[in-house]
Amino acid sequence: MSFLTYLINGISLGSIYAIIALGYTMVYGIARMLNFAHGDIIMVGAFAVFTAVSTLGMPPFIGLIAAIAICTALGLTIEFVAYRPLRGATSLAVLITAIGVSYLLQNLALLIFGSNTRQFTSIVTLPNLKLAGGKMTVSSVTIVTIVCCIVIMIALTSFINHTKTGQAMLAVSEDRGAATLMGINVNRTIAVTFAIGSALAAVAGALLCSMYPSLTPYTGSMPGIKAFTAAVFGGIGSIPGALIGGLILGVVENLSKAYISSQLSDAIVFSLLIIILLVRPTGILGKKIQEKV
Amino acid sequence: MAILEVHDLSVYYGVIQAIKGISFEVNQGEIIALIGANGAGKTTILQTITGLIPAKGGKIFYEGTDITRTPGHKLVSMGIAHVPEGRRVFAQLTVLQNLKLGAFTRKDKDGIEDTLKRVYARFPRLKERQNQVAGTLSGGEQQMLAMGRALMSHPRLIVMDEPSMGLSPIYVNEIFDIIGKINRDGTTVLLVEQNAKKALAIANRAYVLETGKIVLSGDAKDLMNNDSVKKAYLSE
Ligand SMILES: Nc1ncnc2c1ncn2[C@@H]1O[C@H](COP(=O)(O)OP(=O)(O)O)[C@@H](O)[C@H]1O
Ligand SMILES: [Mg+2]
Repeated sequence: MSFLTYLINGISLGSIYAIIALGYTMVYGIARMLNFAHGDIIMVGAFAVFTAVSTLGMPPFIGLIAAIAICTALGLTIEFVAYRPLRGATSLAVLITAIGVSYLLQNLALLIFGSNTRQFTSIVTLPNLKLAGGKMTVSSVTIVTIVCCIVIMIALTSFINHTKTGQAMLAVSEDRGAATLMGINVNRTIAVTFAIGSALAAVAGALLCSMYPSLTPYTGSMPGIKAFTAAVFGGIGSIPGALIGGLILGVVENLSKAYISSQLSDAIVFSLLIIILLVRPTGILGKKIQEKV
Repeated sequence: MAILEVHDLSVYYGVIQAIKGISFEVNQGEIIALIGANGAGKTTILQTITGLIPAKGGKIFYEGTDITRTPGHKLVSMGIAHVPEGRRVFAQLTVLQNLKLGAFTRKDKDGIEDTLKRVYARFPRLKERQNQVAGTLSGGEQQMLAMGRALMSHPRLIVMDEPSMGLSPIYVNEIFDIIGKINRDGTTVLLVEQNAKKALAIANRAYVLETGKIVLSGDAKDLMNNDSVKKAYLSE
């Protein structure tokens, strides 16, 4: 019975990784950059919910909407101020800038909220689920997280396949110059990608802190790194890859915590990444670079 | 009437000057050929016109409007389409998705459907393969897709960069045939080619480019009989 609990909790944690990984993978696929500040946007989202709900007394749902709005605006601002001027610069310069933005966000949060750990109130107020005649309890956060992940995946996939902006994203990810020749505004398309990734980061932050309710300015960095790992794992640039990578990571992490060692679980997760990349350098669903005829 | 006027254009890659002050014009309804050896600057000129590369000096006018600093993505709705060198179709998308992207700036749904029908009539093979991923098409089919995609925006001026490059002789003939038809339908064509013989045969006028400068220009028929052109570009 407990194995099933670990598995479900692992899937739930993996769902959060997957939602974060979407931000990394979409930005990488379309803007060709690693947005290292993405994890810290999760933290900003969590602080936004915390402030709205615990400090200002707003209902959780309104707090979540506010956090999404704030993170979307933040993502657009970072893209415009820090990354857009570097379009065409070397990828190393962009990476260093992204790391700088990450520290900037963490230190701004330190300045505003201090380094004390805040107790986050779960945004999910539904009762826990009793299964198997009451012998097994699954928390409502766990279920809500998994449902959110499914809904986001379906919504994002149909957005990309059925809207003009989605098709523009695919075009930009393949060939920026050719996309421009179609009349696609590449800068705008990249900005939309950042907006979507950042909005998802807000959702991920709220879910993550509902699951593990302690919040500090560094809350986003470890999940950020793991989600990035998940994105690479699944094949960076691939949306289903982010889902699969996130789920595998969450499940492996939770099962190794339960059955092997909670100290070694991260080491096990990252060893698995190294093994997978040795066997498949492009990740599980990563595409090989297409050869031109 | 000139649909496109280029005045004293110069373009740099870093400190290297690729285009050294060239001027030419394309009149409404013409086919203009721009010929020259590999590295002469033909692609650079086309990419500067359609806003992929910034001009350092000079001016470009399209239908009387200065477009020298107009961002590339805004030129499509003004009526300029570009069939790029190496085709650059979206290899992971289907033929139909590629064609729809060609009509990205258009809002008239019925008009787009109508243009799609015309493009399929012109390139029946694209219709047969509309749900196939573009990366799996042959080189000639990809060239047709690149041309069809450009036509989807319903352009008044179409610039084409080496559409016959790397194609088998049968496809080369077919591609030139289609260029003629596109022009007869009322679209002005600026054609860059290394296949000077075919390009001069189809063009009204032509410009000869050498290392970033125009060294010769005139009637395509006259250039075809010009000795230095014959020697440099038409000998087998
Ligand atoms: N991206 C680039 N960076 C630096 N130099 C370039 C670049 N593209 C082209 N060039 C140089 O500019 C000149 C003109 O190139 P191009 O316009 O491609 O010629 P063409 O199309 O006539 O073969 C060549 O000397 C080429 O080496
Ligand atoms: Mg060229």
